Amino acid sequence: MLGKLSWSAIPIDQPIPLIAAGVVLVVILAVLAWVTLKGYMPYLWREWITSVDHKRIGIMYILLAMVMLLRGGSDALMIRVQQAIAYQSNGYLPPEHFNQIFSAHGTIMIFFVAMPFVIGLMNLVVPLQLGVRDVAFPTLNSVGFWLTATGALLVNVSLVIGEFARTGWLPFPPLSELTYSPGVGVDYYLWSLEISGVGTLVAGINLVTTVLKLRTKGMTYLRMPMFCWTTLASSLLMVAAFPILTATLAMLILDRYFGFHFFTNEAGGNVMMFMNLIWAWGHPEVYILVLPAFGIYSEVVSTFSSKSLFGYRSMVLATMAICIISFMVWLHHFFTMGAGPNVNAIFGIASMIIAVPTGVKIYNWLFTMYGGRIRFATPMLWSVGFMVTFIIGGLTGVLVAVPPADFLLHNSLFLVAHFHNVIIGGVLFGAFAGLTYWFPKAFGFRLHEGLGKAAFWFSLIGFYVTFMPLYAAGLLGMTRRMQHYDVPAWRPWMIAAAIGFVLLMIGIGFQVLQIVVSILRREELRDRTGDPWDGRSLEWATSSPPPVFNFAILPDVHGEEAYWAIKSRAKQQELEKNEPHYEDIEMPRNSPTGFVCAFFATVMGFALIWHIWWMVALGFVGAFATFVVFAWRDHDEYVIPAAEVELIDRANMAERRALASQPGTA
Amino acid sequence: MTDATIAYPHSDPHHLRGMEASGVEHAGPPSKRIVTGYGFWIFILSDMVMFSAFFATYAVLLGQTAGGPSGRELFNLRNVAIETAFLLASSFTCGLATIAADLRHKTWFHLAMGVTCVFGLAFLAIEASEFADLVARGAGPTRSAFLSAFFTLVGCHGLHVSAGELWLLTMMAQVFAKGFRADIQRRILCFALFWHALDIIWIAVFTIVYLLGSAS
Repeated sequence: MLGKLSWSAIPIDQPIPLIAAGVVLVVILAVLAWVTLKGYMPYLWREWITSVDHKRIGIMYILLAMVMLLRGGSDALMIRVQQAIAYQSNGYLPPEHFNQIFSAHGTIMIFFVAMPFVIGLMNLVVPLQLGVRDVAFPTLNSVGFWLTATGALLVNVSLVIGEFARTGWLPFPPLSELTYSPGVGVDYYLWSLEISGVGTLVAGINLVTTVLKLRTKGMTYLRMPMFCWTTLASSLLMVAAFPILTATLAMLILDRYFGFHFFTNEAGGNVMMFMNLIWAWGHPEVYILVLPAFGIYSEVVSTFSSKSLFGYRSMVLATMAICIISFMVWLHHFFTMGAGPNVNAIFGIASMIIAVPTGVKIYNWLFTMYGGRIRFATPMLWSVGFMVTFIIGGLTGVLVAVPPADFLLHNSLFLVAHFHNVIIGGVLFGAFAGLTYWFPKAFGFRLHEGLGKAAFWFSLIGFYVTFMPLYAAGLLGMTRRMQHYDVPAWRPWMIAAAIGFVLLMIGIGFQVLQIVVSILRREELRDRTGDPWDGRSLEWATSSPPPVFNFAILPDVHGEEAYWAIKSRAKQQELEKNEPHYEDIEMPRNSPTGFVCAFFATVMGFALIWHIWWMVALGFVGAFATFVVFAWRDHDEYVIPAAEVELIDRANMAERRALASQPGTA
Repeated sequence: MTDATIAYPHSDPHHLRGMEASGVEHAGPPSKRIVTGYGFWIFILSDMVMFSAFFATYAVLLGQTAGGPSGRELFNLRNVAIETAFLLASSFTCGLATIAADLRHKTWFHLAMGVTCVFGLAFLAIEASEFADLVARGAGPTRSAFLSAFFTLVGCHGLHVSAGELWLLTMMAQVFAKGFRADIQRRILCFALFWHALDIIWIAVFTIVYLLGSAS
């Protein structure tokens, strides 16, 4: 009846996951109780859970990412503490538990922190920057978000019911095959990523179509803000790379569930094929993450230097070059496979070539700052911190791209330090820069500046104190994922890394504090004009938070930096005094399709993990029925009358005129 | 969409000649039908990428028969030819259904979709009997890596056709109940794209798996 599921699946004998899960459960129940008692449930359901508004969905993506950041961060804390004390001893984590923790840490940080964070920011900002009312497929957007949330939920359920994979963030066979991992851990991994992978693919298709097809009048490709370009490149990579992940994991599923022989040791299976396939997705994946961050830095550096982006054309070219070359370097993840000197040389050279467009970008940002009137607000600090940190990460990357060097450094802590260097210093700093930069746009008030700066400095210093020691330990020969060790020379570096991580956590703590304090003091941080940073692109041309339809009248674009041009013109000619002609606006209706579909996906995923076949059928039928019901509805749009549009727009225009008439602002 | 030119007083110095089609200014978002079709094309491309992963795997594992039967001993080209004929014919009738939908002719639409459905089912029945026959002869997917790859690649296409059948019946029901509404027309367009794309993939399966497999 319940497949492999029984009471023994709950780890009564392991206090750490049980206590952690207990705390999480209490928090969730408390939040639910509070929301219900206060009567917010109908509001949440109507305005958020069923929302198909790209801004709301973007915010929910970011919220998911931040919650998961705390989960992944707790895993990181446990790893660092374990390695600091497990010198000639077993530490406090038994090996099977330690292995689950580093696997969950990597999986969560990549798939449920970095991915939702960048997808959330793209969702929130790109339609606004393109001057349109929504993404191409609003309901599908909601489906994509909720499927991502399903994946995150399943990974976290594994904490209480059963176990998580012990195979690392990529489940390499033959270890991940049924023979060596008979438990449900790998199945949790596989199904949560298959489901959230569909969500990511949907988001990618949606964003590609939005950028390529939905642009306001006059918004030609070479007038798009840089962030739209990097979104395009990143989403193209999602469309091209995520199906490979889906196929590869499907093959591993077939091996595990039905005894196929794709990656087994017997009957002709080929383990190295898994490595090739997974990294053919895995390497583009890191560019899926970092390209949007590059876009954020471009927007931030240009805005806070009060200058146009230097070398816009070369930036576009560099972005698209990275997009293509990222598919030609995957083999550098396993030079030690023994493909031979020629193959290794080709991939080594390709890996170094991809550093060239990245270098172009760094110089463009530096030249954008050169001669500009720079304001060191929090987003700008994150960007400058990124430039320094990312260059170090890039240089160590070029180092491991040399095959002979890689033979020494492969799977050492040097490599761990390298990819944390580029992912924290590149993606996470970018996400934080984007968060502080666009927060006033999303909510109508700024984040507290002082706390933001404190968060930046603690995170930056904490990052260096944590990860520079890992480079050193790696060079001293320490391999990754060690539950305990006996080499005295590594010990000091592990203790230093643990101290650094405490600093990093203080940084994260300041960010949480920053959000709480800012919400409490929102009236004094209020942004009334919709343009708090003196911005240059169209998202700043509407109020904060923007009305559901984004723009009362779709803007007409005449050049790069559309909003900057509008502002300059308004100052010179007071053009905005002429009365616009408002029309009715049609917007898509909210729909619970995404939420209900994700509910059935969760049921189906859980049932597949535990081999509860009748429940699998139930989940499938439910999901299909949801789509049919959705397709059957008669009204998919509602109309906002012109009078209401006018009322909303007039109020914002008045604030804006007051700003434009002040001297020295625009 | 007409390519209505918007007249601007000054030409844009940043406008590269040849970068935009015919140098016409961008006129804003196109109609929903175009956006939907375009998005679905992107989805089909991603689906093709997924199939290419299975094709690549098949190519790598082709020789890994683990002492078991190879394609040459297993494939029955006559059956596959009949299968192919059914699928290609179903694509033709699917095209007729699209024309009927454009003309908003319910009877012809249901007739053409019905025939498409039957042809698709015939294709699936032949494929299922082939699979059952192979398993009965001890050449199931667990026999060797080659057979794992074969069953997965061909089976994945079969699953797509099955999903297409489900979609097809839903579309027939929708047209029956709601008529040719604009959103239903867009779904018919997407369904047709999907069904034809499955043909393209089948042609690759037919050539690479069956024809080349029987020759080697």
